[in-house]
Amino acid sequence: MELQITWFVLWGVLWSVYFMLDGFVLGTGFMSGFLARTDTEKRVLINTLGPVWDGNEVWLVTAGGATFAAFPTTYALMFSNLYSALLLLLFALIVRGVAFEFRGKIDKPSWKSGWDIAIIVSSFLPALLFGVAFGNIFKGIPMRNDFVALSFNYDGGLLSLLNPYGLLTGVLFVLLFAVHGSLYSAIKTTGDLAQRAGNMANRLWLPLLVVAVLFLAYTYPATRLYDNYLQAPLLLVIPVIAVASLLLVKVFAAQGKLHKAFLFSCLTIVFVCFTGIAGLFPNLIPSSLDPGSNLTIYNSSSSPYTLKIMTVVAFIFVPTVIAYKIWVYRIFRARVTNEDVEQNSEAY
Amino acid sequence: MDVLTLSRLQFAVTAMFHFIFVPLTLGLSIMTAWMETRYLLTGDETWLRMTKFWGKLFLINFALGVVTGITMEFQFGMNWAEYSRYVGDIFGAPLAIEATVAFFLESVFIGLWIFGWNKVSKKVHALSIWLVAIATNLSGLWILLANGWMQHPVGYVLRNNRAEMVDFMALITNPYGLIKFGHQIVSGYTVAAFFVMGVSAWHLLRKNELELFKRSFRQAALFGLASALLVALIGDLHAVEIAKVQPTKFAAMESVWETKRGVGMNLFLLPDEKNECNAIERLCIPNMVSMLAFHDPNAEIKGLKDFPVDLRPPVMPTYLSFRAMVGLGTYFILASLAALFLSYRKNLEEQRLFLTLLVFSIPLPYIANQLGWIVAEMGRQPWIVYGVLKTADAVSKNISTMQVVMSLLGFTVLYGGLGVIDIYLLAKYARKGPDNDLSGILKTEGRA
Ligand code: HDD
Ligand code: HEM
Ligand code: HEM
Repeated sequence: MELQITWFVLWGVLWSVYFMLDGFVLGTGFMSGFLARTDTEKRVLINTLGPVWDGNEVWLVTAGGATFAAFPTTYALMFSNLYSALLLLLFALIVRGVAFEFRGKIDKPSWKSGWDIAIIVSSFLPALLFGVAFGNIFKGIPMRNDFVALSFNYDGGLLSLLNPYGLLTGVLFVLLFAVHGSLYSAIKTTGDLAQRAGNMANRLWLPLLVVAVLFLAYTYPATRLYDNYLQAPLLLVIPVIAVASLLLVKVFAAQGKLHKAFLFSCLTIVFVCFTGIAGLFPNLIPSSLDPGSNLTIYNSSSSPYTLKIMTVVAFIFVPTVIAYKIWVYRIFRARVTNEDVEQNSEAY
Repeated sequence: MDVLTLSRLQFAVTAMFHFIFVPLTLGLSIMTAWMETRYLLTGDETWLRMTKFWGKLFLINFALGVVTGITMEFQFGMNWAEYSRYVGDIFGAPLAIEATVAFFLESVFIGLWIFGWNKVSKKVHALSIWLVAIATNLSGLWILLANGWMQHPVGYVLRNNRAEMVDFMALITNPYGLIKFGHQIVSGYTVAAFFVMGVSAWHLLRKNELELFKRSFRQAALFGLASALLVALIGDLHAVEIAKVQPTKFAAMESVWETKRGVGMNLFLLPDEKNECNAIERLCIPNMVSMLAFHDPNAEIKGLKDFPVDLRPPVMPTYLSFRAMVGLGTYFILASLAALFLSYRKNLEEQRLFLTLLVFSIPLPYIANQLGWIVAEMGRQPWIVYGVLKTADAVSKNISTMQVVMSLLGFTVLYGGLGVIDIYLLAKYARKGPDNDLSGILKTEGRA
């Protein structure tokens, strides 16, 4: 029992840390089209991401791996039921990764502008798709599972994911990452570029707020997430922190205290995710057809033995990873300047 | 075609593509780390320029290794949902451990290595490439323990309609997995050694940077000889393990149909699957197969006819791939031996024929790697987990043929395109040769 709850929380942590970290990579990626004007500025933006993007993406690999190890039935049904959406996501992530590496390898404008477009599209798509996928998970997906007879059916497709609530969550993720990425760009670059990025974050904040309010309101009729909150009102601190952080993003961004604004945008993302995840408990993925088909932490988890082994591994290695990641982030804390990328032959 | 066939094809395409990039990463990371360490110890700038040159090629290759890996991680759930549900309790663990233990280390320190040239001390910089090298090899360990478990399942019970782990130690000390790991990493080193030798040979033929490429060449020849010998040695242990635990695969590898004692090896042999015999058998070395399998000339080998037809793997591809792999392995030992010998002669760059041969040998270890996986994975059929779960029962039931057609097409086109670009860039930067301009780095080290 205990271990399943531990893993539920850990599951939430892995996903939300992934969104917090890759959120600014994706956001910077698709906002680069609006923020950077010259080739050098584009390179500056890519180079702010260079040392960290792969390490951030590994949170996704780990979230996937942890779902596999701790909740194999959920891993199996989540990934196969969302087949087409995940496929698009994979294609996008593949293109994004190589785009960073390949863009600077041939010095031709057509080559570079091709990869610039690739970076924009392949960063935008995951932001949208993750939102749509998680919106649908909050809402429940149309599956019928019989855990005794081991029959699992899904009657949706790619198009059935594109319902209003799913799309709204998609837009929410896009805007969250757009603001997050703009703030990151603003604190990691200098001059005009940093100025433009800061302004962008300020300007996008209001649309983000509107969508966030819509999302919270629409969640009530569209999902059963609020049931848990009604039962345990203490949980309401999570969405309250999310909303407060979002407001503080604006407070600090308007004063030009962008490092603080970025910090609160990190918190916003984590707590928005946890708002959904706390509402799901004890489900990992609810069924929209019948509650007996819900994938819960009890009917889809690994054996206690496996969970125990995985808990030991997680409690040793996740803090270690966080420690050396913080160390490396500190090494690269300086802003990236135009001269940096022009002089350094190692730069992307 | 149905979901099963398409999914198998897709797994083969994506795994084999991932495995074009992985072996070079395994070996070249170590070689680059070694070069940087030599620079650290001697201060000799040639080592630094070698580090930068081979490091750049390493990175171009690395990018595709990374992005194709994500596909692998997702695919078990997407296409093999029944498999994932049935064995996730035990198979998911090494995968998750691989990510937490190896991928994080690798991805964080590769970032530090690429972008940290003038941000951290020389020692920390060299340490970071060593951490990358260790992490890539660690990731190989965990994934091969996972694959080793599918080949020879241990430490589990069938309970609650699935395989549940009961003994984690058995999983990580599974001899099959450990031997596989040993064989695999040294075959990765072989790929890297022949890559470095081949590219160096190309430049030596053009008399570019003689000092730098002779040094690279000698280092690679030594590394190559050691790895090629180990590949064969551990490969032999591998075959012994297979004879013990996967009799059907072993019989297919050697195309043995009748159960007999003291089975000999035919140097020329062609299986005839329809008539359950060999169409051609020539030049027999007596008792050789028995010797290989059990290190005993009179040991009994189980023939394929002892197994029902539907439990036999496809014989022809398994047999041919195994033969070709072993043949190539023999060539690698001889070629790296000759290379090492010649690298001590003054006039290495005059050995035009041999150098040309080495340039054309670059793809061969790659091919040997792919063939090895065909032996391992085709030879395991019809099982996905040997003796426990059939491939046919492992495929997702809630996806449609159309979905898999689209994904297979998508992967083929996308991977095809990226593969072409990557090889083009590798060739471009390999030909371009090392940079002369180290001012940026030396300046910040206070030496310029
Ligand atoms: C440079 C590449 C290379 C070379 C020269 C060889 N191998 Fe190999 N072999 C591999 C690369 C490889 C591999 C790609 O690493 C495989 C595929 C699966 C695996 O774990 O290792 C493999 C698999 C593999 C298997 C099947 C493993 C399984 O079914 O799980 C056997 C029995 C051998 N090898 C034996 C040999 C022997 C006796 C060789 C004699 C020289 C040899 N290999 C050369
Ligand atoms: C270590 C990790 C690996 C695991 C866990 C793994 C697992 C699998 C699975 C689930 C399948 C599909 C079902 C089947 O046909 O058996 C498969 C098939 C296949 N894999 Fe692997 N694989 C691994 C690595 C590789 C690599 C690196 C290669 C190639 C370079 C490879 C080559 C193949 C091929 C050729 C098939 C198709 C065999 C057939 O369907 O007849 N595998 N493997
Ligand atoms: C079928 C199972 C496999 C899965 C699920 C898998 C998964 C992955 C993933 C997710 C990555 C990217 C990590 C990152 O983002 O940095 C990766 C890269 C890598 N994988 Fe695989 N992999 C498989 C097969 C293998 C095998 C058989 C080996 C080696 C023996 C291997 C060795 C590596 C290495 C060394 C890398 C580092 C990057 C590179 O390849 O250049 N993988 N893999």
